[in-house]
Amino acid sequence: MALEHFFRRSRPKQQAGNDLPDLWTKCPACKETIYNKDLDANSWVCPKCGHHLRLDAQQRMDVLLDPGSFEQLSGRVFPSDPLDFVDTETYPERLERAQAKTGRPEAILTGRGQIEGVPVMVAAMDFAFSGGSMGSVVGEEIARAAEAAAAADLPLVLVAASGGARMQESALSLMQMAKTTVALEGLHAKGLPYISVLSDPTTGGVTASFATIADVIIAEPGALIGFAGPRVIQQTIRQSLPEGFQRSEFLLEHGMLDDVVDRREQRAYLARLLRLLKPSARQQGGEQ
Amino acid sequence: MSGMSDLLRDLEHKVRDLEQTARKTGQNLETALAPLREEVAKLRRAEDDRQTGRQAPEKAGGERWERVGLARHPERPTALDYVERLTEDFTQLHGDRLYGDDPALLGGPAVWQGIPVMLLLQQKGRDTKTKIKRRFGMSNPEGYRKAMRLMDLADKFGLPVVALIDTPGAYPGIEAEERGQGWAIAESIQRMSRLKVPAVCAVLSEGGSGGALAIGVGNRVLIMENAWYSVISPEACASIIWKDAAQAPAAAEALKLTAPDLLELGIVEEVIPEPAGGAHLDKDAAAQALGEAVSRHLRELSSLRAEELLAGRAERFRAMGVFEER
Repeated sequence: MALEHFFRRSRPKQQAGNDLPDLWTKCPACKETIYNKDLDANSWVCPKCGHHLRLDAQQRMDVLLDPGSFEQLSGRVFPSDPLDFVDTETYPERLERAQAKTGRPEAILTGRGQIEGVPVMVAAMDFAFSGGSMGSVVGEEIARAAEAAAAADLPLVLVAASGGARMQESALSLMQMAKTTVALEGLHAKGLPYISVLSDPTTGGVTASFATIADVIIAEPGALIGFAGPRVIQQTIRQSLPEGFQRSEFLLEHGMLDDVVDRREQRAYLARLLRLLKPSARQQGGEQ
Repeated sequence: MSGMSDLLRDLEHKVRDLEQTARKTGQNLETALAPLREEVAKLRRAEDDRQTGRQAPEKAGGERWERVGLARHPERPTALDYVERLTEDFTQLHGDRLYGDDPALLGGPAVWQGIPVMLLLQQKGRDTKTKIKRRFGMSNPEGYRKAMRLMDLADKFGLPVVALIDTPGAYPGIEAEERGQGWAIAESIQRMSRLKVPAVCAVLSEGGSGGALAIGVGNRVLIMENAWYSVISPEACASIIWKDAAQAPAAAEALKLTAPDLLELGIVEEVIPEPAGGAHLDKDAAAQALGEAVSRHLRELSSLRAEELLAGRAERFRAMGVFEER
């Protein structure tokens, strides 16, 4: 329950700004001040403008899964500092701060749960932890979740939220792109669905690995999704970027996504899709 | 190496003599002088590199950055320089059958020191014009999709894949994003992990992030002594951390991106030694070392069955990463 405490305190404060009490959040899109209870009841989608606010990993599980169905798998592997990486501060200092802020060892949460009664393995990246960046631990947890899904004959639903591979583990982070890819093979071999949900933002090495080799790829409305960041592209080409560039709707139009799905409809969408792809999921009920 | 300094001194004398003769006699000897002057400049640069290279281990702060400098040396051999020296009958197959033909990622069947292979290579330009044409070795999605098409052919015809990696990274452009740069890289990683034939990769100079890994999922991954391989370029890393690309030397140190670093981290199987001072000083010798190493690994892998190759490659990458289990 110590974790719960962390989330309740850190989350609304961060989104609210200084002048607002913890009970309110200012929508980053329309700047309306909204009662947190209303946001929570609306899956953290702004009731005024429809903007999808960023979620941490626990909130994501709450929004996606049937209440009380989540059984955590991740959390036993912890990051280390294999490169003795030092920049303006040491990597262990950065990690400690991220751990204190989020209340979890790394930028990911995985486990089993149910979506409208359909049992699934689910993994959610946590953008609040070091920008959701992928180092050895994030790669390992995703690999383990994929392998656990295959072992338990469960589909995998993975929600991406990441700035990409983590600099502080350099080539080791890069290798996680291949590691997660090979770990997903068990799902393909057993004919189990792998659904990727891209949320704001999903970029870099995550876009260029496990997040885009799913059987079905959906995205939340308005999410920034791409390989290179907009700033890098702008620096390279030295001209302004087109309206809506690298947003979910832009990618759908360019054939890169199966659909853009409102967060409030994702549970129904995923449950339906999983039943359609894997009719046996229908009978599995709640005992998996 | 004193031979090289002697050669430099001789040439410098010769240039001075000719200049004197020209002054005395009033003859125009520029046609003879120009190439000699160029040669002197080249040798001087090489001599500088050699000396800084030798000093590097003592200058603990800058060794990695100096290697990055060698990896980007203007005279550094490109992938095609190696291919010309090591293969016969390289038959370039163009296009991804979807959109276009990427000029930064080339491929096709060839005979590598007597061994029939499917070659994939990332090619930087050799002069300003070709550098621009080849986007300095940065591919658009078409490049990775061409690579996947050629991997299909490699599997069909039982040809081992030799991938020569040399890219600062995938191209960051509007069109690249429109056509799914991230998707293409991810799919190429997956396609390569599924190869039923042996795959030997070698990082020649620059192994920039996902754009390099897209053709880097080998049973064996080798790296030239003065090449780098990292999740991000030192400049980009420095801009993120210090908001200043000029801090790239410090970023290079922090990223541990050199060949010896990568060997220690278990990311590569072997470091291929370069001629003293760098591959650009003796391209033939550098090619010979690369050729020998790749051929040796191809021979070692040749007796393995498809399932063993697949499992071996998957295990190799599944084991990557350092963490604590609690």
